[in-house]
Amino acid sequence: MSTHAITVTLNGEERTGEVEARLLLVHFIRDHLRATGTHIGCDTTSCGACTIMLDGLPVKSCTLFAVQANGCAIKTVEGLATNGEVHPIQEGFMECHGLQCGFCTPGMMLAALGLLERNPNPTAEEIRWGISGNLCRCTGYQNIVKSVQYAAAKMAAGGK
Amino acid sequence: MTEITSESLGGIGQWVKRKEDPRFVHGKGKFVEDIYLPGMVYGVFVRSPYAHAKINGINTEAALKVPGVITVVTAEVLKGLKLDWMPTLAGDTQAVLAGDKARFQSQEVAFVVAKTQYAAADGAAVVEVDYEELPVVMDPEAAKAPGAPVIRDDKEGKKDNHIFNWKSGDAEATDKAFAEAEVTISQHTHYQRVHPAPMETCGCVADYSKITGQMDLYITSQAPHAHRTVFAMISPFQEHKTRFISPDLGGGFGNKVPIYPGYVLAAGVSFLTGLPCKWIETRSENIQSTGFARDYHTTTELAATKDGKITALRVNTQADHGAFDAQASPTKWPAGLFNICTGSYDIGAASINLDAYYTNKAPGGVAYRCSFRVTEASYIIERAVDALAQKLNMDPVELRLKNFIQPDQFPYKSCTGWEYDSGNYQAAMQVALDKIGYPELRKEQAEKRARGELMGIGVSSFTEIVGAGPRKDFDILGLSMNDGASIVVHPTGTVTARLGVKSQGQGHETTFPQIIAEELGIPQENIKLEEGDTDTAPYGLGTYGSRSTPMAGASTAMAARKIRAKAQKIAASMMEVSEEDVEWKNYKFQVKGVPEKSKTMAEVAFAAYTAAPEGMEMGLEATVYYDAPNLTFPFGTYICVIDIDNQTGEFKVRRFVAVDDCGTIINPMIVEGQIHGGLTEGFAIATMQEIRFDEQGNILNGSFMDYLLPTAVETPVWELDKTVTPSPHHPIGAKGVGESPNVGSVPAFVNAFVDALSHLGVTHIDMPVTPWKIWQILKEKGIAE
Ligand code: FES
Ligand code: FES
Repeated sequence: MSTHAITVTLNGEERTGEVEARLLLVHFIRDHLRATGTHIGCDTTSCGACTIMLDGLPVKSCTLFAVQANGCAIKTVEGLATNGEVHPIQEGFMECHGLQCGFCTPGMMLAALGLLERNPNPTAEEIRWGISGNLCRCTGYQNIVKSVQYAAAKMAAGGK
Repeated sequence: MTEITSESLGGIGQWVKRKEDPRFVHGKGKFVEDIYLPGMVYGVFVRSPYAHAKINGINTEAALKVPGVITVVTAEVLKGLKLDWMPTLAGDTQAVLAGDKARFQSQEVAFVVAKTQYAAADGAAVVEVDYEELPVVMDPEAAKAPGAPVIRDDKEGKKDNHIFNWKSGDAEATDKAFAEAEVTISQHTHYQRVHPAPMETCGCVADYSKITGQMDLYITSQAPHAHRTVFAMISPFQEHKTRFISPDLGGGFGNKVPIYPGYVLAAGVSFLTGLPCKWIETRSENIQSTGFARDYHTTTELAATKDGKITALRVNTQADHGAFDAQASPTKWPAGLFNICTGSYDIGAASINLDAYYTNKAPGGVAYRCSFRVTEASYIIERAVDALAQKLNMDPVELRLKNFIQPDQFPYKSCTGWEYDSGNYQAAMQVALDKIGYPELRKEQAEKRARGELMGIGVSSFTEIVGAGPRKDFDILGLSMNDGASIVVHPTGTVTARLGVKSQGQGHETTFPQIIAEELGIPQENIKLEEGDTDTAPYGLGTYGSRSTPMAGASTAMAARKIRAKAQKIAASMMEVSEEDVEWKNYKFQVKGVPEKSKTMAEVAFAAYTAAPEGMEMGLEATVYYDAPNLTFPFGTYICVIDIDNQTGEFKVRRFVAVDDCGTIINPMIVEGQIHGGLTEGFAIATMQEIRFDEQGNILNGSFMDYLLPTAVETPVWELDKTVTPSPHHPIGAKGVGESPNVGSVPAFVNAFVDALSHLGVTHIDMPVTPWKIWQILKEKGIAE
């Protein structure tokens, strides 16, 4: 099978790879770049555990080929904190008990961040719709909604 | 010195933030799939497309030609290693790979090993299996029909599909009560087949060294010690050279209790090749082949007086166990704790008769957010009580109040033999009624009905039975169901504690240190908790059945107390007084009546390593395997309000009030989170989740595309409240909470749906209750166009 050379910027750092055309982006991120914070929860684009930011937009990385991300900027959970300082969305999840097993959390935080970038002051209902592409089996979502509200308030107050 | 308080320590009852969270929010959790070892190979299964088929041959030639493929393992290969069959935790056997025939759709038939996961999948796609289809058996009725195909013809002399019969209670007394009853009801329910579907699927990485004979197995296991012991019993691996490491688990809910063929195969491949082998199932494989839950077909009957005093309960169940009996039930309890089905009610006589059958479905029968079939028990009794209320035209709350076990009856001996430790059911009910405004809701409902609008109010007053359990009654494959706690206080006064249980998101690293903080007066942040590594953790049967707090929590408190007892001696010697003159007060040792003369635990710890009294062993540590005298019995009342569109059948849960009593609360934040999660799973089971099959045994919804789970949009907003009735026998009075919300909420939802339609003559709707099912009823009743 032929391979392709690709280059992405992962959390601000340029990374390259030689990949098969069929390689899923999530596998590239995890298996090749070894950024394992991005998870895989399904094989049908249903769960959002693999959510990342691709050129500033949240996408399910299991639903793109790695070659499609060639030349793009990728932000994963590992890139949320800056200079050791937690991002308000991370802080929100820790303050409001927005996670239990933590498996859905990276994808959930990135989906929420995508929402807050579009809509900095969402209602609880808007948050629920904003994360509706992401499944969580542990929390019942109620504290995730609170976590996102916490982050929204913090970001509005100039937290980031 | 500033005063030490429970709050300053982060002790029991404190709202302490989780220690687990930082690593997860930075993407630094370590799940099994995150483990990459040098030279690692990958395994992918070939699975049976048929639910029941003879296997005439397997051709691996094409697969072996796929670039990257190293080997293909079949049942024949395993047979040489005596690994083609393995024991299940229920004492049955299960095929590791199908050799003679496939017994359920998606059963493991071959294991293709390759240098990459993609290559292994390529190889699996071209393995040719010659199947000969056989007639299928898809439910207990078909399983027991005369002439039904025998699924387990691998078992010598097996001529039918019956697994076991189990009886409990007093059939004679029950029959007599029914014969004399003024009123009886009979209700048939099917608790559908559901799958726990934790967000992380199952998998493992096996790493065997041919040089040292050491096997390291990173595994998604809720019970690493028990799994290791079973491994050692069936395989060439010796227990002391086998290390099971269950790292961060992405949820479990019972799904990670059974032993799966993938674990055995990865270990076998690593053993044969000397290379690390990784097996991670896909989501579809997870819900098609690993531990399902429930699938109980039950007829529940109640006998009562005209004014609503329940006199007897009769239960007849046919249990569908799938192709191998791989349920996780303690030996003595083939149907788990199902005979807790008298629930919260003082019922004079009960009789339970249960038959379990093999069918051509995936094995399981796991305790999905449930303590061994208590979910099934709670569902039938809470539904039946509502059915009786309907028949008597009595308010379901009034009927419940009339039949509750009274506070002064505890400890209460149920007619099926359980001793309920403590409870106050009325109190929990009252909190719920007040919070939701019950009388006003009934008034509103009456007005709405008059206008033709549909609204239902569902009540459930459940009793849980958790913390299995006491050694005299509980073992799995002979292994006593106690869990160890090991605590070491270091010279500088910090602590490392290790437990035999295994968190899957419950926050053990936070809550168990809170217990130790409270007992030892050492700040919670100075206490580290480790679990999941069989090389370091004390033995234990694992985390499921809400058993961590009742069992390991008790061991933790008792180990801490053992340490405190030794520390008291050291403190006395340090202060040069006799031991009797020292008391533990305000989280430190002080000389009785002389509060200014005191020693903190940290000071004592240092002395334990530097100046232990003559004749005493140095150091400060203890290990305890606490054998609880009884189980614990959490309870609560849930009330749910649902509005239904009378034309489309669409519904909305308008309110859901959950009042839980789990005894002493260790961390209110974590308890709240557990309840939110459990209620959401209960909602999912009542309205969405069901693994369905067609007549040929094909799974109709074997992926997340069609196995419906709630997102944030469908999930109701939960309103929580509590009462606190400590367990009298648990060292800290805690009862366990992880499962109550699932156990208790499912009947509350269904009761609400039926209540909304009861005036139309509807007495029951089987789960999942969907808009489509409701619409069909409305159509039949001439309500919907
Ligand atoms: S892994 Fe489930 S949506 Fe990507
Ligand atoms: S925290 Fe476990 S799946 Fe969301």
